[in-house]
Amino acid sequence: MKLSAIKLRWDTAVGVLLVAVFITGLGTTDGFASHDNLAFAFNDIAEVALMALPMTLLVVAGQVDLSVASMLGLASALTGELWDAGWAFETIVPIVLLVGVVGGLINGWLVTRVGLPSLAVTIGTLALYRGLASVVLGTGAITDFPETYAKWAVDTTTVPGTFLTYPVVLFIVLAAVAAVVLHATGLGRSLFAIGAQEDAAYFAGIRVKRVKLLLFVVSGLISAFAGIVFTLRYGSARADNGQGFEMLVIASVLLGGVDFDGGKGTLFGAVAGVLLIGVLKNLLTLNDVANEVQVIVTGLLLVASVLTPRLITTVSAWRHRRAAAQAG
Amino acid sequence: MSATIQKPGQPAAAPETARSARSLVDAVFRAREISIAGALVLLVLFTWIAEPRFLDGQGIKDLLLNAAILVLLAVGQSVVVITRNIDLSVGSVVGLSAFACGKFVSGTDHGVLTVLVLGVLVGAGCGVVSGALVSFGRVPALVVTLGMLYIIQGVDYWWAQGAQINAADVPQSVLDLGSGSVLGVPYLPLISFVVLAGTAYVLRTYRGGRELYAIGSSPEAARLAGVPIRRRVLGAYLFSGAVSGFAGALWLARFGTVVADNAHGWELTVVSAVVVGGVAIVGGTGTVWGAALGALLLTTISGALAVLKVDSFWQDAIAGALLLAAISVDRIVRVRMTRALRKRSAR
Repeated sequence: MKLSAIKLRWDTAVGVLLVAVFITGLGTTDGFASHDNLAFAFNDIAEVALMALPMTLLVVAGQVDLSVASMLGLASALTGELWDAGWAFETIVPIVLLVGVVGGLINGWLVTRVGLPSLAVTIGTLALYRGLASVVLGTGAITDFPETYAKWAVDTTTVPGTFLTYPVVLFIVLAAVAAVVLHATGLGRSLFAIGAQEDAAYFAGIRVKRVKLLLFVVSGLISAFAGIVFTLRYGSARADNGQGFEMLVIASVLLGGVDFDGGKGTLFGAVAGVLLIGVLKNLLTLNDVANEVQVIVTGLLLVASVLTPRLITTVSAWRHRRAAAQAG
Repeated sequence: MSATIQKPGQPAAAPETARSARSLVDAVFRAREISIAGALVLLVLFTWIAEPRFLDGQGIKDLLLNAAILVLLAVGQSVVVITRNIDLSVGSVVGLSAFACGKFVSGTDHGVLTVLVLGVLVGAGCGVVSGALVSFGRVPALVVTLGMLYIIQGVDYWWAQGAQINAADVPQSVLDLGSGSVLGVPYLPLISFVVLAGTAYVLRTYRGGRELYAIGSSPEAARLAGVPIRRRVLGAYLFSGAVSGFAGALWLARFGTVVADNAHGWELTVVSAVVVGGVAIVGGTGTVWGAALGALLLTTISGALAVLKVDSFWQDAIAGALLLAAISVDRIVRVRMTRALRKRSAR
């Protein structure tokens, strides 16, 4: 009983670590607490944070979607190309979101109907969607997005009275929705069941395939949306936008204590993981720590996040055994 | 489920059924490799007819040289994937080892053999860390090797500080390894072939090799059968790391110019090659021959696209679609086969 209590606390530990890093930043780094910097710091990870939400649900259900960053790139390329062709932004958005849904359907269909592992499927669509992005836009960039649209994503436009930008507010709303779905609904419970024991979940009457399909569709949709946000934030549509983000998204989720084997994790942990990576990145940058070191820190955190809970379990199991031996 | 069926040496209740079942299974799996080889031949023929220069002396040489390093990496990766694990750090290991070897030989001449050994050692070092974390830490391989990818990449960038190794600093003896050939066949593909054949032989013949399949098929069963799982998995990572490090040294020999992010993003290409080649991502099946064919097919596709002057933008899309098609066909064949087997044993 004690062991499981320790295991469950990993996400709390990440939350505490996040607060500690934040306080360290306030105490040690000039300009960290400034309105502008905080707005920048959180806006800077907006897309990764958005994509981490469906990823959390997927990983809890024992699945993974490696194609998210490619979908972001495809959405960005499409947004740019259509804008360049003179389409209205109000028309572009639904089209791009629809493409995200179709991309998610392809992933979900291959996983649920053909019965392939999601890792293999999404490695394939990672290449496919990124490839389509470069087919759409080539190596060029489209940059002339007007202020009217761009202002909604940049970090200089904040919700009045706060340091929160609009993408971040959107993230907060979606995170709340995801938390309620995952932890307070039957659908959420079924995700845990699927992740823990898919066959058992099926025999318990959960429509496993339908649930999985839904998750991949949501993931595609949010990734396409993140593509639009990214495009407006940098004012630049490129086919290689967000390249490699899939690793960062997965790293954040796993850092937050969501078990890659499925069936375990909290949305709180995942959000704490995303924010920890974001705050740490900002703090290290402000302190002139080289980008290379930031990459190493991310890697070490990731390894520590899976290793520490195991170590704690092992040590306490050993102690327990020793105590039992002494008592007996 | 289907992954456990074709495991060789599996005891069966009725020997007669087992034998016919196994020959069917063998046929299907040989068919798998034959079909990849067939696709490869068709692709080469088609491209050759459209553009004869594709198969002139230089064309073939380029094709083999381009495939050599990917084949090596695919061989290392398959050994890990067969045990139901994955090694995402291979691309960064290639980068690190290429840079380390480049630094080592810069302006001096240590001899080719020393450079290759250094590459293997650097790679093996990285492999041991990943392997120890996966096997003794008992943590998910994807997470650990993703972390290792970041760590090794960061170390490499940090060390390189934006600098690069230039071909002018690399001794001629090393460059000769990359460009030289024997009887018209370049060295690199020959080396890859030797590693490939050696690995295939060990996997097929030795107990340790068979045990990797057992672990991938069913870790629990392998444990009960007394397979030293941790040691074997550690060994698989050690091998994958060493091969990647070796590939890094060859990278230096081939290109001469090395920057910190060589082979950046290659991990997913390598995994694609392995999966296209019929090594199941869920472990327990596949051969390094298949994986090498997969690598050769992916390389040939990009070569053919370049020769046919197809927009290089299509390359990723086609590679992705091909991967999806390959694994889907494989899956469908397997489902059919399982059904056929069940029908037979019911009779």
